[in-house]
Amino acid sequence: MTDTAPANPGTAPRVLHTPFHSRTKVANKMERWEVWQGYNTAACYTDVELEYFAIRSNTGVFDLSPMVKYRIQGADAADYVDRLLTRNIRKLGTDRVAYVAICNDAGNVIDDGTLFRFADNEFRLCTQEHVLDWLLWSAEGFDVTVYDETADVAALAVQGPTSCQTLRRMGLDGLQELKPFGMAHYELEGIPLMVSRTGFTGDLGYELWLAPEHAETVWDRVFANTRQRTVRPIGSHALDLARIEAGFIAAGVDFVPAEQIVRNGRGRSPLELGLEWLVDFSKPVFNGRQALLQQRDKGPRYRLAKLSVEGNKPAEHAFIYCRGREVGTVTSAAWCPSAKSNFALASIKTPYGRERDPLKAEIYYMRELHWTRTMAKCEIVNEPVFNPPRRLQTPAPDA
Amino acid sequence: MKKYDAIVIGAGHNGLTNAAYLAKAGLDVLVVEKNPYIGGATVSRELHEGWKYSNCSYVCSLLRPEIARDLELPRHGLQVQPYGGGVTFCRNGDHFLYYEDHERLYREIARHSKRDANAYDRYGADVIKQTRLIRPFLLRTPPDPSSFKPRDLMELRHLAKAFMELGEEGLADTLRFWTMSIGDYLDGYFETDVVKAHLAGSGIIGTALGVYSPGTAYVLLHHYMGDVDGNVGAWGFARGGMGAIANALAASLQSYGGEIRCAAEVTQIMVRNGKTTGVALANGDEVQADIVVSNLDPKRTFLNIMAESDLPADVVRKARNFKIRGSSGKLNIALDGLPTFNGLENVDTSMIGEMHFSDSLAHMERAYDDWKDETWSKEPYLDMLIPTQYDPTMAPPGKHMMTVFVQYAPPTIDGRDWTDEDRDNFGKTVIDTIANYSPNFKELILHAEVRSPRELENEVGLTEGNIFMGELTFDQLLFNRPFPGYAQYRGPVKGMYMCSSGTHPGGGVMAAPGANAAREILRDLKHPNIVPGAYADD
Ligand SMILES: Cc1cc2nc3c(=O)[nH]c(=O)nc-3n(C[C@H](O)[C@H](O)[C@H](O)COP(=O)(O)OP(=O)(O)OC[C@H]3O[C@@H](n4cnc5c(N)ncnc54)[C@H](O)[C@@H]3O)c2cc1C
Repeated sequence: MTDTAPANPGTAPRVLHTPFHSRTKVANKMERWEVWQGYNTAACYTDVELEYFAIRSNTGVFDLSPMVKYRIQGADAADYVDRLLTRNIRKLGTDRVAYVAICNDAGNVIDDGTLFRFADNEFRLCTQEHVLDWLLWSAEGFDVTVYDETADVAALAVQGPTSCQTLRRMGLDGLQELKPFGMAHYELEGIPLMVSRTGFTGDLGYELWLAPEHAETVWDRVFANTRQRTVRPIGSHALDLARIEAGFIAAGVDFVPAEQIVRNGRGRSPLELGLEWLVDFSKPVFNGRQALLQQRDKGPRYRLAKLSVEGNKPAEHAFIYCRGREVGTVTSAAWCPSAKSNFALASIKTPYGRERDPLKAEIYYMRELHWTRTMAKCEIVNEPVFNPPRRLQTPAPDA
Repeated sequence: MKKYDAIVIGAGHNGLTNAAYLAKAGLDVLVVEKNPYIGGATVSRELHEGWKYSNCSYVCSLLRPEIARDLELPRHGLQVQPYGGGVTFCRNGDHFLYYEDHERLYREIARHSKRDANAYDRYGADVIKQTRLIRPFLLRTPPDPSSFKPRDLMELRHLAKAFMELGEEGLADTLRFWTMSIGDYLDGYFETDVVKAHLAGSGIIGTALGVYSPGTAYVLLHHYMGDVDGNVGAWGFARGGMGAIANALAASLQSYGGEIRCAAEVTQIMVRNGKTTGVALANGDEVQADIVVSNLDPKRTFLNIMAESDLPADVVRKARNFKIRGSSGKLNIALDGLPTFNGLENVDTSMIGEMHFSDSLAHMERAYDDWKDETWSKEPYLDMLIPTQYDPTMAPPGKHMMTVFVQYAPPTIDGRDWTDEDRDNFGKTVIDTIANYSPNFKELILHAEVRSPRELENEVGLTEGNIFMGELTFDQLLFNRPFPGYAQYRGPVKGMYMCSSGTHPGGGVMAAPGANAAREILRDLKHPNIVPGAYADD
């Protein structure tokens, strides 16, 4: 029931290093580090554009180790996650992964994440935020243990059109047969390796999960024989660009995690984040169900709109107007290099944000100390602006 | 003798603030102070050659930035520098370090409990919700809920609106927060004793309540609602000590033409035909003014320097029943060097602002038990800092000054007054407590000023030495401070006003009571308001 971290007298470390640090340190030619959940991680290794295009045309490798991971096991583990999450977990097979939302009882999203099913009653929940407190409150009454295994698991995302080929060359035979959101278990030179076909790039891609002591060996194997620079380490900036282009939301960016909210009304439900497909109302009980049902009937207060923005100036943090009335704010925006689209995610007050609403983004940009303001027309798009077929193809293509 | 427009009794920081605004508005103002120095509980004095002590208040956060800026305190020499972090030592040799840096704090709490490390985010958000509610009201006069004057109705509406904005759940949380104990509150978030103990200190400092006494959660808020440069909850040092605040206020007052007379104790507020006419001083002088403002606490104001016969009986009764209980003591120590602390040999102590030595709520509650038994805590809760790590002006180079706030010290010992011997033994208890965690501390002591409630009462004029001039419990807050019907700074006699920490929004070096009272006086004089309102929080 409780987290069993041993008492560790002394002083907390000043900064944490991921299990790949000896390698990322050498690769980080720009020495541009940033802190992610306390870990020093690369913002950019060499060049953001090169790294971004590695994801879209070759292979980009991202050190994912700081991602928060919880191990959930015990006789009631399946019942527990089914109550915890808005999705129907009973439909999730062993060795399958699900994208999930965690709601509080008011129906606001505490975090989104991915749930890995290892066995009937054994799961890993990966989240962006620390959510242990909520996981443990929700575990009361269930025969289940929940513990933070973040530091016990190293993780590497290998993403891009040649990612399958890269990993197969490394010795992961048959990986091309792995379906999206599937998990496969390998042994590489005696190293147990779990591979999932998941990622945050909207492209073909995989994530490798392993014990930290093997991190350096696996890193070296991924990068072996890659003199043509077709495999590149990528930093958080390139990844963020890819995730915006894919239309994925991020905690703390596109919504405020519910447990951190100060101002009344700033929470967002899954229905308000375009995640209604994660909510299974046919489940009789789950955290947030009552509030979400009410909201479904009354209609959500906001909608998350995908916008194609006129012109080429990213609409970062722009106000959105509809016929002169301010109706929302952009939460993520970028010029997307593969889609060649000026794309934005915006939180818009309902009823605005309907398909035919004439939306405009108020964009400011500065050139040589001169501010310019433009009102850019926005068009609602329903599909991701970039969604290559290879993302979902099985067998996975080689390039 | 010359007649003034207004006389302010007491050169505490609130009296000075009040006088500064009256002078700035063009009034002829005199401040009369009983001590030979100004500042009241906001004072720094040299009691050991080369060392300056902040004898009472020692850290700054509550001082309203709107007033500091408006009265040009920086131009008059005030510099406030934030300090970060803190530590609580555990009896088992471990400790808990509080960092300003969110990630580092997470890791340190996680060392004790990962669950608590995560719960801290929820705790932080919930406390900020409460500070956001209260902060806009610090520079406003509380509405009179029984009045139907348009202004009171408007203020009430304003108050109601702020509450409604919290939403249903927020409203319920707020009522809980304002009435519950800090112990119960923290139990709702954390499982680790030392984490709770570290955070609970702010709930008991200055109050005759224990960590499990209802009302202490609000006291915590009172320590969190200030800011340094917009960082809500942050604390800082005034360069040169807290006296620098009083000195800057005095300089500001004088720049507007106001006068200060020290060593001039008021024995009586003179009243004729239901109107104030001035004050009588201990030396027999009388000074005339139509407006008299008291910077003294409500008990001293109404029961010591006013004739009961000049007052409505109701006010006399309310003043007698006003809850103001001594609970704190203070040590100021001159040190020959920087002490070392067990377990912190490799830690940069300049990262650590405050040090505490109580590692559980039970430990703190026991300290309170001693107070109830009318003796000082044998294992006291200490809020200890070494400002000379940041401020070079308070001790000679290489030497240090330590300030130790002590909870609890009762107003009387076993039913009798404090003796010098009690005071010295009290000082020894505190020094021994620190020495348990610092091997070289005792050797470094060159001089110590020990202040029990007796010294605080006699020197500063705080009844029972209560640092807030009245308990900060819900029954004595907002429109009930100091008492119902008298929360708008006007006394029961025409021309008489109150501006001390005994009025809204209460104790601490805040300058808000003084400024709010000035606004009301100017209103009565039909003078345009010059006292600033609060910055919008966001
Ligand atoms: C030990 C201690 C530690 C504290 N620590 C902090 C802290 O760290 N931070 C913080 O913000 N707050 C702190 N406080 C609280 C804060 O100092 C007080 O709430 C605040 O200074 C009170 O200011 P005031 O102007 O209302 O009253 P006072 O400062 O008490 O001023 C009243 C003045 O009236 C004078 N006076 C009294 N009687 C007469 C008379 N008959 N005639 C003429 N003059 C008279 C007094 O000498 C005094 O100068 C502390 C208080 C104490 C006692």
